[in-house]
Amino acid sequence: MADVQRETQCDQPLLVAEGLSKSYGRLAACRDVSFTLYPGEVLAIVGESGSGKTTLLQMLSAQLASSAGHVSYRMRDGVLRDLNSLGEAERRFLFRTDWGYVHQDPAQGLRMAVSAGANVGERLMAVGWSHYGRIRDAASSWLERVEIDTARIDDAPRTYSGGMRQRLQIARNLVTEPRLVFMDEPTGGLDVSVQARLLDLMRNLVSELGLAAIVVTHDLAVARLLSHRVMVMKGGEVIETGLTDQVLDDPHEPYTQLLVSSILPP
Amino acid sequence: MNAPAYNFAYLDEQTKRMIRRAILKAVAIPGYQVPFASREMPMPYGWGTGGVQVTAAILGPDDVLKVIDQGSDDTTNAISIRKFFAKTAGVATTTATTEATVIQTRHRIPEAPLHAGQVLVYQVPIPEPLRFLEPRETETRRMHALAEYGLIHVKLYEDIARFGHIATSYAYPVKVNARYVMDPSPTPKFDNPKMGNCPALQLFGAGREKRIYAIPPHTTVVSLDFEDHPFTPYRFDAPCALCGAGDAYLDEIVTDDNGSRMFVCSDTDYCESRQAAGHRGSESAAPHKERAHG
Repeated sequence: MADVQRETQCDQPLLVAEGLSKSYGRLAACRDVSFTLYPGEVLAIVGESGSGKTTLLQMLSAQLASSAGHVSYRMRDGVLRDLNSLGEAERRFLFRTDWGYVHQDPAQGLRMAVSAGANVGERLMAVGWSHYGRIRDAASSWLERVEIDTARIDDAPRTYSGGMRQRLQIARNLVTEPRLVFMDEPTGGLDVSVQARLLDLMRNLVSELGLAAIVVTHDLAVARLLSHRVMVMKGGEVIETGLTDQVLDDPHEPYTQLLVSSILPP
Repeated sequence: MNAPAYNFAYLDEQTKRMIRRAILKAVAIPGYQVPFASREMPMPYGWGTGGVQVTAAILGPDDVLKVIDQGSDDTTNAISIRKFFAKTAGVATTTATTEATVIQTRHRIPEAPLHAGQVLVYQVPIPEPLRFLEPRETETRRMHALAEYGLIHVKLYEDIARFGHIATSYAYPVKVNARYVMDPSPTPKFDNPKMGNCPALQLFGAGREKRIYAIPPHTTVVSLDFEDHPFTPYRFDAPCALCGAGDAYLDEIVTDDNGSRMFVCSDTDYCESRQAAGHRGSESAAPHKERAHG
């Protein structure tokens, strides 16, 4: 019975975007974007700087009001709801429980002055956990999962390296077991070996937890490693979309071809 | 135009009405910080400009005023505010807690239990309990509005992680009427339990930050804590050296540079009335005797 229910839930889309547009005066930052995201699916949005990727991500995560179109999300009770119809309290609650948001700059997603344990525990305390021992246990088990030495649980993230900060940010987001994670250039500003380790970790976590994720990146390697599907954006429009391997190995649009061919051969 | 040059209790009547409206709103929504148009007062910020404005707005000619500073009736701040109202309002002043109708305080709640009809006015430096964790005022207001108080536990978590226990000893956050988290001004956490279900009205005025908030009589006030690290009031484990009180909040007084110290009641009125009733501590002077000179 539970399996049947789960299957039917997997068949239903988790997030539906319809005709999303955002314009700043005469400038159209994002034009008529529609797609559906299913539970457990990882979607990469690729494109050059200024192509509207981040604008799109902010509209999807209800941080920015769209000029036209709407986003619907299937809540934990199975009802698909328009994000615009949610009150601010509900939206913020969603944001810190059922969603995660990984910023490019960890300083934006973390509280740099409080300890790593408190950073991870904050979401738990926000949903009403009030047992110190249990919060600490949850925090240290999550630090372990993202490969941070638990001896550093009481250190502030400003003493951490860039890669550790990014991993801590991921732990902080995943501690409430969200179903959807937004990532904005999660590997930006990290060196190649640290990037590889982080990608490996993210791939494992996503498959272990059955997370759905929307990853914004300009790095096609990230898209290839993490995502099932790719959307290519240019000038605020989606120009090509499809399975990752299909788009990256056999690009149809000239711009996508240029993008793929501009990667240096290994 | 024949307005008098000076008005009763310093502030003009329009200002007092504005402050009273803020007070009424604060009483109606316990723990909520009501913005008000704080005036310049003839004293520097940090010396109780918020408390003085609240006192001026509620004071009537029949009131009896007591002013304490860290529990003491005879420090500079307490004396000058008391003199200020004696001069501008002509009200009676006292140092006895039970006789006063309005008590303006800086950082203490008197030891003697308050009774119905009394008003306790606190001077508040920083009214926002979330301030040091969330610097944006727009964000903290939203958090209060939506009752998102996870962040306040982050502070307590940090205390335990760093010191092994909740080391916050003053300005200990409380939840008022099961809704708003409030900073009880820098009162020692020893006084927190006295705020709950108190028969007197408690008003808080922050002059620089331009906020007024209140705890109406008989309101529940709960000090925040963790299940496995419950709230505990703190006091030095010693009797008062002057009156022998074992239940009062104590000040530590260093008596020389070799580490000697004595502990005395921080509430001077409480200590003096106990001494007058014959209680003695270890450092009490012996009855006065004439000493022979030469």
